[in-house]
Amino acid sequence: MSRLFLAFLCFFRVLFGKKLPPGALAFLPETPTPPPRLPASTAPAPAPVKPAAPAAPAGDARPEPPRDDRPRASAAQHHRDGALALLALLQREGRLVDFLQEPLDGFSDADIGAAARDVHRGCRKVLEQHLSLEPVMPGSEEARVAVPAGFDPAEIRLIGEARGEPPFRGTLRHHGWRVVDARLPALADGIDRAVIAPAEVEL
Amino acid sequence: MKILGIDLGTTNSALAAADDATPAHAVPVAQVIGPGEVAERATLPSFLLLPGELEVPAAQLQLPWSGPMRYAVGEFARERGAGLPHRLVASAKSWLCNPAIDRTAPVLPFRGAQRELERDMADGERVSPVNASARYLAHLRAAWDDAHPDDPASEQDVLVTVPASFDPVARELTAVAAREAGFDRVTLLEEPQAAFYAYLAARGDAWRRELAPGDVVLVCDVGGGTTDFSLIEITDDAGNLVVERIAVGDHILLGGDNMDLALAALVGRELGRPLDALQQRALVHTCRRAKEQLLAGAAPDVLPIAILGRGSRLIGGTLKAEIGRAQAEALLIDGFFPEVEAGARAAQRRAGGLRELGLPYAHDPAVTRHLAEFVARFGRMPSHVLFNGGVMKAPVLAARVVGLLRAWAGRDVRVLEGADPDLAVALGAAHYGQVRRGHGIRIRGGTARAYYIGIESAMPAIPGFAPPIKALCVAPQGLEEGSTVELPDDELGLVVGETQVFRFFAAAARPDGAGPVTGEAGALVDADADGMVELDPVEKLVAADADHTAGQLVPIRLEAHVTEVGTLELWCVARDGRGRWKLEYSVRERA
Repeated sequence: MSRLFLAFLCFFRVLFGKKLPPGALAFLPETPTPPPRLPASTAPAPAPVKPAAPAAPAGDARPEPPRDDRPRASAAQHHRDGALALLALLQREGRLVDFLQEPLDGFSDADIGAAARDVHRGCRKVLEQHLSLEPVMPGSEEARVAVPAGFDPAEIRLIGEARGEPPFRGTLRHHGWRVVDARLPALADGIDRAVIAPAEVEL
Repeated sequence: MKILGIDLGTTNSALAAADDATPAHAVPVAQVIGPGEVAERATLPSFLLLPGELEVPAAQLQLPWSGPMRYAVGEFARERGAGLPHRLVASAKSWLCNPAIDRTAPVLPFRGAQRELERDMADGERVSPVNASARYLAHLRAAWDDAHPDDPASEQDVLVTVPASFDPVARELTAVAAREAGFDRVTLLEEPQAAFYAYLAARGDAWRRELAPGDVVLVCDVGGGTTDFSLIEITDDAGNLVVERIAVGDHILLGGDNMDLALAALVGRELGRPLDALQQRALVHTCRRAKEQLLAGAAPDVLPIAILGRGSRLIGGTLKAEIGRAQAEALLIDGFFPEVEAGARAAQRRAGGLRELGLPYAHDPAVTRHLAEFVARFGRMPSHVLFNGGVMKAPVLAARVVGLLRAWAGRDVRVLEGADPDLAVALGAAHYGQVRRGHGIRIRGGTARAYYIGIESAMPAIPGFAPPIKALCVAPQGLEEGSTVELPDDELGLVVGETQVFRFFAAAARPDGAGPVTGEAGALVDADADGMVELDPVEKLVAADADHTAGQLVPIRLEAHVTEVGTLELWCVARDGRGRWKLEYSVRERA
């Protein structure tokens, strides 16, 4: 993400009272992290960049301050929990896992279509409620576009041979998707996220 | 200081904020949306789930500002509650104004008269309608405080909306719930007025070109569970436009949910096999979407309805049905919004026989017949209409209402474009907070009805005849917040040491002058006059003290006071100046 864009984003986020994008955290002055309110954190959002601890001078006998290794361990845990929570959300709202796990052989297209409409509606609602998506590259597909100098290969994937130096000209095959805002649920601790759909027993 | 507007709805609540410089804007509400998952939503579904630990563990219900919780409100409460109906409190607001039950007693989740169920479920927590409302409000407060630690909600001006048809008891109970929820600076506002304030806020000064003296605006609010009508008149006072609420309708328990259920019943017959509780609910959900599609005019001739299989076999277990567009439209449009004459009257439930205790749902599903009755009763034909509530988002229903109003009035009736119906009431409430600080025009109107105390006429006893009851006007219609009315001295007395119960009545003035309302405190009219409605009684026990001995008759005069909150208080003032007692609303169930 270009710094200019990030700066604009920060400006409007602050103006409208929203949280800063994760990329902006690297630019913040070091402040003591506020005590976590929930024993949970906002799920799969990347953990705040921790300033690297200054390397202790060699031979220094001073005992190292007790280092807490938990945050890093729980960061991995949070990534896993976040991914599972999103899957649980898609299953709950759109029955996505049921749909993918069911063999389609033997069903007519009409039967599949009838169910797929509901799956589509439910999963789409999850996307709308929790993510803001926009094309990475504006412009209509199949149109000629310019790939500027200094482009980010993670944002634009070149297909075919690039000759010389950018800028390049080419045909936009897929405009890509970028998540501009992820409002994923905050997750409480102490819940086994591996259960993405509990068994249901009617009494 | 900020202003918070709260739409405490029957099925959805919403929050908006404003201050002196910032216009009203909606505030999303963090809530539990899944087991141990918290996210923001535009509204807070007004559902309270009170599960057992084995049903939903407390850890799954914790909020960013709480530890493990024994209850949940909002989206997860509504969704998980579908499978735990015996633990789910819904429509608490409708119970709040139901005189058939004691609204301060823990009666929800409501279990009706089923003694067996009552015994089996004796372990579960139950709450009063007041407490359920307080929990919705407390959730909104906590969510706000969590996001705005520097502006705690208890220190802000808070406007809570109530249906215009709420009687003084239901208003008082709403104020109690707000205090219980920790709001210290609360004012109540009628929902249709809030919708009109949202219109004023959205239009800026342009409303002065859209409305002129002599115009009468009908606010037609049809939500999920309730239908509410008000009339607002524009007049001219020395060159200034004056906005005045001149009439409010009755409390009608009828709304979009009825339409979903009707469609679900139609489809359910088609499916031809019994559905379990969750499938039934899925069917109602599906029917709600089908309804929206149909009413948006975007439906094909035949609408496919699919109820996904309950088990993990999704496609194999899917139930399919179809509804014909013509059939569904006939049911929804002509069933709920039939074309009726101006003289149409809503069918009344015949009194008689035993009826199961429950919510007093409207007997007649035709919104347009209720509307015809409302318009005719007040004798004023609207020149404009402002729609509110999710149902009125449907262009075909709005067009039906406008068409009927035009036919009844024999002239044009124009539609005012308001704010998003889901959020208009909260936004309007926040704007009203600004108006109270002097930014913008205020709707006049005061109390919507005149209130009366029942007085037994002095006459010789005749076997078989109850002495006729006269109604003494204690609070004329149109009292504004903060005003007090003293009654002229009358031959009234309180007996010390005995609970005195007074019958309590209300009536609304009609522009044609007919009806019992004379507009004057102290007027005495017939209690059984047409248009007089009996409310919960008011009562007082004056304990004996140094000044008063038991059995003594203390001559009093009555005083009515509309508080700054917007509730009505009745006071007995001893004529010798030695004592002053507030009459309490009796919220116990009435026989």
